[in-house]
Amino acid sequence: MNSSVEVRLLVNGEWKTVLIEPRRLLADVLRECLGIRSVHLGCEEGVCGACTVLVDGAPATSCLLLAVQVEDRSITTLEGLDGNPTMAELQIAFHKNFALQCGFCTPGMLVNLFSLLDDREGLSPLSEEEVRVRLDGNLCRCTGYQSIVAAAVQAAHANSGRVDP
Amino acid sequence: MTVATTFGKPILRREDSRFLKGQGIFVSDIEVPGTAEAAILRSSRAHALIKNLDVSEALASPGVVAIVTARDLTDTGIYRPYHKSPPAFADLLNPLEKGHDVPLLAGDRVRRVGEPIAVVVAEDRYLAEDAARLVGIDYEPLEPVLDPEAGLRPGAPVIHDELGDNVQSRVRMSTGDPEKAIADADNSAAFRFTIRRQIGSPLGTRAVLARYETGEGLTVWSATQMQHLARKVIGGILGLAEDRIRVICPDMGGSFGGGVYYEDILIPYVARRIGRPVRWVEDRAENLVNARHARDQIHDVEVGFDNQGRILALRDRILVDMGIANFYGLVVPYNTISHLPSQYRIENYEAEATCVITNKTPNAPARGAGRVTAAFVIERVLERIARHLQIDPADVRRVNLIPSDAMPYNTGVPYRDGNPSVYDSGDFPAQFEMALQAIRYEDFRIRQERLRAEGRYVGIGIAAHVEGTGFGPPESAIVRVDGAGQVTILSGSNNHGQSHETTLAQVCADALGVDIRTISLQDGDTALIGQGGGTFASRTAVTGSMAVSGAARKLRRKAIKIAARRFGVDARRLTIADGAIRDGSGSRVTTLAEVARIAGKEPGGQPSDCPRSSGVEASLEAMDLFASPTVTWASGTHVVILEVDRDTGHVRLERYVIVHDAGNIINPAVVEGQIVGGVVHGIGNALSEEAIYDGAGNLITNSFVDYRLPRARDIPPIEVHHQEFPSLLNDLGIKGCGEGGTVGAPAAIVNAVEDALHPLDLRITELPLQPEKLLRYIHEAEGAARISRPTGQLKR
Repeated sequence: MNSSVEVRLLVNGEWKTVLIEPRRLLADVLRECLGIRSVHLGCEEGVCGACTVLVDGAPATSCLLLAVQVEDRSITTLEGLDGNPTMAELQIAFHKNFALQCGFCTPGMLVNLFSLLDDREGLSPLSEEEVRVRLDGNLCRCTGYQSIVAAAVQAAHANSGRVDP
Repeated sequence: MTVATTFGKPILRREDSRFLKGQGIFVSDIEVPGTAEAAILRSSRAHALIKNLDVSEALASPGVVAIVTARDLTDTGIYRPYHKSPPAFADLLNPLEKGHDVPLLAGDRVRRVGEPIAVVVAEDRYLAEDAARLVGIDYEPLEPVLDPEAGLRPGAPVIHDELGDNVQSRVRMSTGDPEKAIADADNSAAFRFTIRRQIGSPLGTRAVLARYETGEGLTVWSATQMQHLARKVIGGILGLAEDRIRVICPDMGGSFGGGVYYEDILIPYVARRIGRPVRWVEDRAENLVNARHARDQIHDVEVGFDNQGRILALRDRILVDMGIANFYGLVVPYNTISHLPSQYRIENYEAEATCVITNKTPNAPARGAGRVTAAFVIERVLERIARHLQIDPADVRRVNLIPSDAMPYNTGVPYRDGNPSVYDSGDFPAQFEMALQAIRYEDFRIRQERLRAEGRYVGIGIAAHVEGTGFGPPESAIVRVDGAGQVTILSGSNNHGQSHETTLAQVCADALGVDIRTISLQDGDTALIGQGGGTFASRTAVTGSMAVSGAARKLRRKAIKIAARRFGVDARRLTIADGAIRDGSGSRVTTLAEVARIAGKEPGGQPSDCPRSSGVEASLEAMDLFASPTVTWASGTHVVILEVDRDTGHVRLERYVIVHDAGNIINPAVVEGQIVGGVVHGIGNALSEEAIYDGAGNLITNSFVDYRLPRARDIPPIEVHHQEFPSLLNDLGIKGCGEGGTVGAPAAIVNAVEDALHPLDLRITELPLQPEKLLRYIHEAEGAARISRPTGQLKR
């Protein structure tokens, strides 16, 4: 267990090299080696989604991946989406819809919904049902989801307006 | 000029920006140089003697800093966390309440799976867990007690020798003459209801970080709801004066049940002992096996009722599966007793609750503490009465609801502070009709007939709830204004998702007369304020707001006094709005910022302004404390429409309506968020959440795969309608709203399930109702139906 390996990751657009034991989870490496605080560990078994990040653009629970499994791949966290117009729409919609309370699940929610909106750019309006299905992997114990679903639909609407005026 | 008020407006949340950027700071995010990480080795047996505990191999494991076991705990006080009932209550009901010591770490005997045995500290968590696996434990199994009835049988193993048996506490309450009333009633019936164990399950697990330095004393960062109580408990056991301890609760990932846990004491103890900061972050399996287990009651109910369905008398004998310790005394079982009459007039009522020690995790308050079970039982009883008399469930409720002209209404049941339970304001029949209209109850009954003819199982369920809110110790607040006009609120409460940075600022903005944008709130830190209650029991909107309002009003008077003296104006003619102090003609005399500079003798103030000479304390700051004289009663009516899939037992919720009275509402969007979130918590409690122990006392639902929280797809549209009957117990007219959504939801859903399956004549007596359990009910009912109706055709 003591033999460490060098792993190179493209994190939020910057190449990072970490010297780690192969058993380290991606979530732990992001948090502890790279100081990324938006990645939250709620269950460490891939159910709650609070640790969701994008791996090569696709959402993944970073508690179920070893960092060595994603060597040389692109990892995007909420920090890396700061300033992105789609993410900004989502953040505004979350704020306006009271879609967060304790805020613990919020980064994972935002990252997962970002990828849903991003994949759909220019397509038909997002339905509540599509959002609910997408959120199957994100638990929230505070809000009851209703406000989160409303925020996602609203952001998708704002987003499509922005992309395709 | 008019004074803009923020009270009652859906002001957007002022705490959002850090969370939306992923910059919330939780205990696991705090960086203290030199921190070692702890893993806690826990019992894998429900009941056993520890014959030998060998840490030598673990100590030699790489990166290990220290291992602390019960043998090391020779220099701590005893953990006796028993909450005794207040004297006013004890004098009235004379409850039995027995205490026993709780070992912080199990020594020669373990009494539940998950009980801490050793704290293993290493350079990081991976290494600590490696070492924990190397600790050798020789167990000698003892027979476990895994249900309260078994625990009461003669000859049952006694779990705590000093208790003599497994009864930890018992309380009995009686009003009227239930025995006679049942004997005299047209009808009587008896039922047993079982509400199984459920777990609070916040998304953020608990975590504790502690640093001890000789100079500064002990600093503890903890995900607790009550920082001041935690400080007191830690100080008492570690032998430290409270002034030597600072407890900080940074951002918390929810909580849903309060308290001070073993780890809140153990981690500071270890940090002091080894002279290094130590952090422990709970993992999910640990959380599920340790924290906020709740419900778990058996009710044996007898009811007498007339031919209109009016309840004439009710008796209930409650057994509480307490787990190995009762940290909260009679709080939860007596909440059940006092809330069971709910919105209904029950003049002859008797209830007895017995808390039985078992080899499980301690039973504790979690969202809707004691009330979820109360609402479930009374609403099941009403439903049974309706079926028995073959009258509509809505009509049975109509004849039992407390009429509006009876308010304020004394239920005759003492509250747990010893005061009478007096529903201070509200209109239950109006609330009920509002809920039925919103869901279009009569229309649904017509649609239901049609769908039933098509073989579909759709149902509607109603449940009412009441909730005594604003309970507990006084809450404190300091409000101050600095020389730049910035306002700071220091609160003794604890924000872990309830939006206090917004709502308490709204209260302050109005009371002081400033723009809300100039206000910031700090709370959850014992260094901010000497005394504090914390956030639990739906209390902060009541207690925290009143303390902030009181402090802000004191501050306002003080500012006016200073301004009047300094500018030679009649204080009675001065008003404050938007941070400006104006005279009767509306012209600006000064600003709060300037008064703060005067009061603090900052540049701009002059020696002659020294406020002390006017009998006013220096600095523009004021403090207040508020304690509610007793609880103020919030209420709600829940109605849900759902469909049962008879082949799978799956319940699809179609629509949910709740009409809620939280008194005057500070922020309707925040209140709606609390209620909707609460309802969804209740949906989980109704349909999917159950802590299940196997026959050996292992918690087999120790992951989120098995302990299933509701997900977005499980949730129907939830409509919230407000009634606003101001509380009579505080000047702002506020009632709490944090738990009501959870309280009534399971009862409403189970009523609706039974209604949907009416053709099968099911009698649901338990909670929760997972698909597999519901299928069992369906198959049993179908089996019975096949015997009586060989064609298998089921008609109403």
